[in-house]
Amino acid sequence: MGRIKVPRKSTSIDMTAMCDVSFLLLTFFILTATARQPDPLSIVTPSSTVQFKVPDKDLSILSIGKGKVFMEIIGRDVKILTLQKMASLYGTSFSNEEAIRFGVIGAFGVPFNQLKNYINANADQRTNLEKQFNGIPTDSTRNGELYRWVEQSRRATAELHNTEMRISIKGDANEQYPTVRKIVDVLQRQSLNKFSLITSAEASK
Amino acid sequence: MAELDSSGGGGGKGGKVRSKKQSTRVDLTAMVDLAFLLITFFMLTTSLSKPLAMDIAKPDKDENNTDNKLEVKQSQTMTILLGKNDKIMWYMGEPGKSQPTIEGFADIEKSLLDNKAKVKAATGKDIMVIVRPTDGATYKNFVDIMDWLSITKTNLTAPAVDDDPKNLLDIERDLMKKEGIL
Repeated sequence: MGRIKVPRKSTSIDMTAMCDVSFLLLTFFILTATARQPDPLSIVTPSSTVQFKVPDKDLSILSIGKGKVFMEIIGRDVKILTLQKMASLYGTSFSNEEAIRFGVIGAFGVPFNQLKNYINANADQRTNLEKQFNGIPTDSTRNGELYRWVEQSRRATAELHNTEMRISIKGDANEQYPTVRKIVDVLQRQSLNKFSLITSAEASK
Repeated sequence: MAELDSSGGGGGKGGKVRSKKQSTRVDLTAMVDLAFLLITFFMLTTSLSKPLAMDIAKPDKDENNTDNKLEVKQSQTMTILLGKNDKIMWYMGEPGKSQPTIEGFADIEKSLLDNKAKVKAATGKDIMVIVRPTDGATYKNFVDIMDWLSITKTNLTAPAVDDDPKNLLDIERDLMKKEGIL
């Protein structure tokens, strides 16, 4: 009797296609990647149905959370020029190396007299400094530090890119309104009446 | 690893030493592993969805010139006060003249649309909304109300945001205190 012979099949799978796809995806993710900046204030933004995307240049983001304000200036050149302008305003100076280090810091939130330490510190020490101090001082006088930072970064943007800098406020959903009002007052004191609030997406109703 | 040797061991009959034919196949398993590891890494570190920006325009605040105020008819204004515990108090026209309504964010859409239609029918003009976030309100409340205003297209012009605590009228304060939302 002839028995049906089951041909022994190879268990190997052709991985070529899978490899192709995975590298294609990998290339896509590498090219679209913008490394996520660590957020020192762990902000959860409220959601809204607006459709306008946050621009990715000529922008400063004021993060509000836990009653503190952090500032992030987008663009390394603007950031460095702002630092130099601030330094000459406060009568200090930063070395070239410090300016470059500052250029790669994301959001910062220490008083100006601590900035030198902050720049030269490592990541752990920076977190400590951020905890120790209460963000950027927001006293609403014309000499307030936040006022100066915003003013100087606007000037720097105008000088370098010839455009008006946009200001975005990124507030935590549960932040009390008076904190937000304080920041808005600082902006309005320099006739900055138009700014945007950063929100996350929500399904439109 | 992924390839099992399934050939049944070639019989070594012939005395001739033959050079074995090498397979041109490369084992890609390790490569795929690596690629997926990197994909996972990049997926987790990128922020794909960009945050959205809601534009807010506030009236010019001139410290030296305080009388650049826009006069609005009482009959076409709706004042929205944001209180604590996610509550809203709103009234039409002058404070104290009409009964204020206290409600949550779930009902505000209907109120906005109703009032918009009522004002349009009564005066033929568009409604003016004044938003007053009080100290008890959170940032989320403010964003939500601005969002509702834009969804319901209630304010064709920019809504007036009046967040100066000095502008909160005594009568409004009393009403909100009575309702326990200030």
